[in-house]
Amino acid sequence: MSRHLIEARGLTYRYPDGTLALSDISFRIGHGEAVAVIGGNGAGKSTLLLHLNGSLQSGAGEVRVADLPVGNATLTQIRNAVGMLFQDPDDQLFMGSVFDDVAFGPRNLGLPESEVAGRVNDALATVGARHLAGRPPYRLSGGEKRAVAIAGVIAMAPSILVLDEPSDGLDPAARRRLINLLRSFSHTRIVATHDLDLVLDLCSRVLVMNRGRIEADGKPQAIFTDTELLARCQLEPPLSWQRRS
Amino acid sequence: MSRIDDTLRELRSLDSFAALPNTLTRLDPRAKILATFFYIAVVVSFDRYTILALLPLAVYPVILAALGDVPPSLIARKLLIASPFALMIGIFNPLLDRAPLVDLFGMDIAAGWVSFASILLRFALTVSAALLLVATTGFHRVCAGLNQLGVPRILTTQLLFLFRYAEVLAGEASRMGTARELRACGRRRLNLGVYAGLLGHLLLRALERAQRIHLAMLARGFDGEMRGPHQLAWRRTDMFFLVLCAACFALARSIDLPRALGHILLGALP
Ligand SMILES: Nc1ncnc2c1ncn2[C@@H]1O[C@H](COP(=O)(O)OP(=O)(O)OP(=O)(O)O)[C@@H](O)[C@H]1O
Ligand SMILES: [Mg+2]
Repeated sequence: MSRHLIEARGLTYRYPDGTLALSDISFRIGHGEAVAVIGGNGAGKSTLLLHLNGSLQSGAGEVRVADLPVGNATLTQIRNAVGMLFQDPDDQLFMGSVFDDVAFGPRNLGLPESEVAGRVNDALATVGARHLAGRPPYRLSGGEKRAVAIAGVIAMAPSILVLDEPSDGLDPAARRRLINLLRSFSHTRIVATHDLDLVLDLCSRVLVMNRGRIEADGKPQAIFTDTELLARCQLEPPLSWQRRS
Repeated sequence: MSRIDDTLRELRSLDSFAALPNTLTRLDPRAKILATFFYIAVVVSFDRYTILALLPLAVYPVILAALGDVPPSLIARKLLIASPFALMIGIFNPLLDRAPLVDLFGMDIAAGWVSFASILLRFALTVSAALLLVATTGFHRVCAGLNQLGVPRILTTQLLFLFRYAEVLAGEASRMGTARELRACGRRRLNLGVYAGLLGHLLLRALERAQRIHLAMLARGFDGEMRGPHQLAWRRTDMFFLVLCAACFALARSIDLPRALGHILLGALP
């Protein structure tokens, strides 16, 4: 069960140019939780997420995934357990065809080619992108790229999903499909997003970040009704709530 | 800026012909790689003043382009882009080697000019053969084929990275080019300072993106080895293609076809 656990303690990170992007971040996310990380531009969401699979490692504090400390010795295990969707899908797609790109992860896991093909087709079907399999990724639209990038992550069957702005650039149908997909997972999910309605639909817990700190950690209802907190963190209540009032 | 972009984008457009269904793309990459190597070896093995004997070898790229549905104009454009290198290599020959060699309609042509022309011709033949190999096979499959032929993985992985990062550079250049054009208000010329700034900026952006791509690859379990699906299957058609190519190249090497043809034609005369 602890396979799905993820924990940060006193995480602090400074970019080489001196920007303090995270300071003293601590949280613990349990099995099967869906947690949103929200906050204004530059709040440190992406930086935090990059720590969760060891893409960035900081001097101070530590991250533990499935009871393993994230460090150079454990990177392979960590990265097999944590599926990471990067903010810019162009960073993630690089093979000659969509099929090969989604197959990149499973092949690195050393799976036999027959199983690779099965996983790729399933993953592409899940994001509604089966018809793109033969296309070169750099010729896709922004939203198609994101769908393929998501397929690339779920094809690895990770036990924890970490997604940076997964709904950005998706059309309403694709966004809805993504939300349903994420809801259907029993994995631990951590989603950084500006799409607060997605948060309402998906997440049972919200971490609010502001200037590299965690300002609040609680249920969406409590967070989104705290207007003073939202204003301080450059946020607003979700659109669906604004209409209601 | 968009010139760099176009150049690099062409590199990648080359790759897209490999997805076309035709005889050539279906061949095993190894057959095409070996044929290309043999071709290049034959072309460069000729004497430095050879021109006419090389001409029959030009048939190979022409047939390849036709079979692979690759527009010859595309290959020609790419040759033009790369031609400064060949010009640089050959340009001093006419100055250094002034001995008259051929007598063309009463004019003495210096040996240097002949060897210069020979260099250009060889350049055009070998480079177009290599370009067509990539165009009809796809970069990834060329690398997979090279692997199978015993080229170390570390080298082919580097090649793939080179290819991928060229794309990155093209993408960054095009985004910056567009951004500049949108704010240049129709002024087309850049002063040198702005240009240098843009280039420096481009390099930094490309580096940063390359780093992020590497991170994303690591996140999906990349361990330095590029694994492909490329189970290559050597079939009879591959053997046939290779043997046919080799036989033709050997023929073109061993007999000077244009001269033989001339002899036959002229030989009929008394
Ligand atoms: N490579 C980098 N080098 C230096 N500073 C950086 C770098 N990347 C991000 N930063 C800085 O770190 C801070 C946090 O950035 P981060 O990308 O984590 O923000 P974010 O919350 O993901 O924002 P957004 O919502 O815009 O994606 C910002 O102040 C940013 O300027
Ligand atoms: Mg971000």
